[in-house]
Amino acid sequence: MDEMTSPPLNLILFSGTDDKLQAAAVLTAGAAALGRPVHLFLQYWALDAFRADHIDRDHGLAPEAGSQGRAAVDALRAAGQASWSETLRQAKDLGGVDIQACSLSMDLLHLTESDLDPLVDGVEGVTGFYLEAGDGPMVFI
Amino acid sequence: MTLQISTSVDARGLSCPMPIVKTAQAIKPLTSGDLLEVLATDPGSVKDFAAWSRTTGNELVEQTTDGGVFRFVLRRK
Repeated sequence: MDEMTSPPLNLILFSGTDDKLQAAAVLTAGAAALGRPVHLFLQYWALDAFRADHIDRDHGLAPEAGSQGRAAVDALRAAGQASWSETLRQAKDLGGVDIQACSLSMDLLHLTESDLDPLVDGVEGVTGFYLEAGDGPMVFI
Repeated sequence: MTLQISTSVDARGLSCPMPIVKTAQAIKPLTSGDLLEVLATDPGSVKDFAAWSRTTGNELVEQTTDGGVFRFVLRRK
């Protein structure tokens, strides 16, 4: 696949629980390994999870996980599964991954760029997001 | 004939998509024609490596299984 011409995969991250962030990180890393550009837009609770002082904390799981889901996630992690933040770092190392914070969510959470983990490349508004998204598919997580 | 392997990646125990991510990282600095060997235990890796090879153009020249360990040999595009 041609990295220069293929439209990006656009992932809008809204949820801030570890399971949804892990799913997003896996989708990102897989696409990056295929040489496909990925554009992540962080909103609301997902953005909160990218705060430099929060990123390594336990962000919980989506309600449908239940106690069995919790145990399954913990078992996978204990077996050595990389955290979502580490998976994203590896994906960024491959190139073509751009992570942007939603400016409205920055206001909502009273954040400045210096509050965010270095994984985040910048802040953009929704118009900037659409412009960068081009004709690529959009996934809301 | 024994293939001349340039680099090996031990991705045993790593879950999806890390075997492919480590492979994509490891193949980058190689030169065209070099062979990369990857060991993985992730059951999804058989389909993943076939798809990755097809999409990126790095040829999958060998694939074997030995007691739950998958071995892939890829030729750098």
